Amino acid sequence: MKVTGRKDLEKLKDKGTASLFPDRVRIMVGMATCCIVKGADKVMSAIAEEVKRQGVRASVVPVGCTGLCYKEPTVEVVQPGKPKITYGDITLDRVPQLIEAIAKGMVKKEWALYQTEREEQLVQGGYHAYGRGTPKELKGIPKHSDVPFFRKQRKIILRNSGCINPEKIEEYIARGGYSSLLKTVTQMKPKEVIDEVTKAGLRGRSGGGFPAGIKWLSCSKAEGDGKYVICNVSEGDPGIGMHKSLLESDPHSILEGLIIAAYAIGAKEGYIYISSGYKLGVQRMEKAVKDARACGFLGRNILHSGFDFSVKVKEGGGAYVCGEETALIKSIEGDWGEPRQRPPFPAVSGLWGKPTVINNVETLANVPVIMTKGAKWFSSIGSQKSKGTKVFSLIGEVNRVGLVEVPLGITLKEIIYDIGGGIPRGKAFKAVQMGGPSGGCIPKRLSNLPVDYETLAQAGSAMSSGGLIVMDEKTCMVDVVKYFLTFLEGESCGKCTPCRVGVRRMREVLTDISRGKGKKEDLELLEKMARLIKEGAICNLGKTAPNPFLSMLKYFKDEYLAHIQKKKCPAGVCTS
Amino acid sequence: MESFDRSMIGGVLKKHGNDGASLIAILRDVQGECGYLPKEVLQYVSQKLDVPLSKIFCVATFFSSFSLEPRGKNVVSVCSGTACHVKHGGGVADKLTRQLKLSADGKTTADRAFTLEKVRCMGCCSVAPAVRVNQDTYDHVTQDAVNEILKKYGKS
Repeated sequence: MKVTGRKDLEKLKDKGTASLFPDRVRIMVGMATCCIVKGADKVMSAIAEEVKRQGVRASVVPVGCTGLCYKEPTVEVVQPGKPKITYGDITLDRVPQLIEAIAKGMVKKEWALYQTEREEQLVQGGYHAYGRGTPKELKGIPKHSDVPFFRKQRKIILRNSGCINPEKIEEYIARGGYSSLLKTVTQMKPKEVIDEVTKAGLRGRSGGGFPAGIKWLSCSKAEGDGKYVICNVSEGDPGIGMHKSLLESDPHSILEGLIIAAYAIGAKEGYIYISSGYKLGVQRMEKAVKDARACGFLGRNILHSGFDFSVKVKEGGGAYVCGEETALIKSIEGDWGEPRQRPPFPAVSGLWGKPTVINNVETLANVPVIMTKGAKWFSSIGSQKSKGTKVFSLIGEVNRVGLVEVPLGITLKEIIYDIGGGIPRGKAFKAVQMGGPSGGCIPKRLSNLPVDYETLAQAGSAMSSGGLIVMDEKTCMVDVVKYFLTFLEGESCGKCTPCRVGVRRMREVLTDISRGKGKKEDLELLEKMARLIKEGAICNLGKTAPNPFLSMLKYFKDEYLAHIQKKKCPAGVCTS
Repeated sequence: MESFDRSMIGGVLKKHGNDGASLIAILRDVQGECGYLPKEVLQYVSQKLDVPLSKIFCVATFFSSFSLEPRGKNVVSVCSGTACHVKHGGGVADKLTRQLKLSADGKTTADRAFTLEKVRCMGCCSVAPAVRVNQDTYDHVTQDAVNEILKKYGKS
């Protein structure tokens, strides 16, 4: 149905609420890529079959990622009169017994991870209780708020992930979705929208954390019509699955943010640029765009405001450098993704030479929340200069791997130990790698550092798009740097010499070091090359390529020296 | 490939409005139909779109998802993301190379039964190291599990 105002939106909201908090049983299976790898798709079909066989009145729905990757496949069950129960490790053999319990109106306590009595309604405020009214707390099952994995998390960007069916627009609306768009286009002037985002202190959730409001303002002031907005889902950092996960779990939150951004800067057309290989994400975003169009959130005269905006989903061809703004633009234009010198910045001259704003998925998913809850609320979360939250893909040698969202300013130690549960098998924690190929390592002794843009940059690392890879004593730092340089060598577009040749030379010298053929002047040579590449490369891929080396030299020089002088790899990884 | 289905390629071009700006999407669809990007087909696309063949070659070789060579019946992709690397995915890749008797730069077995590719992050870092064969993804793969996996796809 076409939504023309508040009343229509309420109708869809009621429909969505009925589906999220139904009278009958609702069984939700986490179905993002990481879940499917662990067999969630087969588990879901088995549940649907079993429900039919045992004659249970229940709806079986796919939802996104709950973040509990270490307990996949996860299944959540809502039953009348009961809190929502989250089950972990639900493999195929457990399905018949689980459904049997549900058929009897019981709970399978031994597989339950936690219970949730009510769901926070972040956008509209307040809570919605499960089980029609006030469900009784079940004994012997921890409460959601007591689970260590969640206690220090704060979900704003991932507010709907794992909670709604990503392919049902009414479930997104029931969680306050598109009410921010309605408010923005009918009650606010574009300049007011930009001011609010600026006041909120929202910074780009990739790269250096450029203030989103300032980017929008310079684009809105840029001369010329036919402006564009682009959502960048192309940060192909090797080692993060989080953008993919948000895309698969809650595509509408990204889309709503993009439409609001378009309204703010005066764009009539936009693109969602998705990295190659994100099939499920592309499929879900295309469905989201289609549904949003049918509801009148896209197209002509959106919500009777006179604002027109259309969006296209574009899939990339698979190149890391296409996360860089100017390369991404070339790729959308149908060219190979080669970056160009900046300025002019895309905000002045971008896609087809028109003023263009490019924001990443996480940045955009924050926007609808800021529009409704206000800049003051948003800026109360986080640290002094880094506001809001950040999603991290917490992986590597850590007990509870998963997708976590934390308020900025939290310490690394809290993330790794309180949320992640520390290092498995009694091994010693060595370092954490953040910022991917353009970032760096932070050693154990600095694990009390707060996670914000400035602190991480000073420590030689980066927030970047949020991979947080925990490394134990069995990880060799020389090997890790060699790995990143090998990756960057392959991903260098080849346009400028410092990056094309310099990164290769650095990798070659490091390879020699790792094979016990290093010379004592090698470190000096590497440092010199690092400086020249940083100064001479055209784009950020090249400019930041030496970072992993520089940060590890700062903190783990001993390890380099052991390879060079003693011809030994202390971690036992490199073989000569 | 000497002859190819012109009407099929025509259909792909039409689907994308014969628009050179959709070149990446067109090449993806062509590869979906042919399994790779045959030279003759690219020449045909170049003529039809009025886009220089050199540009098409640039795009096709720039992006990692395109292949100019025929690929094997089964495509084995080893994830080379950071999490998979830290969790010893490199050893798994080496074992696969040995088992499939591929040279260091060879990608496809002589009988074209298997193509081995190292791919960038698959996005399932929590189950690292990961290996994908065609549409099936395997989690927490060890070197010991490699033979078992290959056997499922007819490797004797």
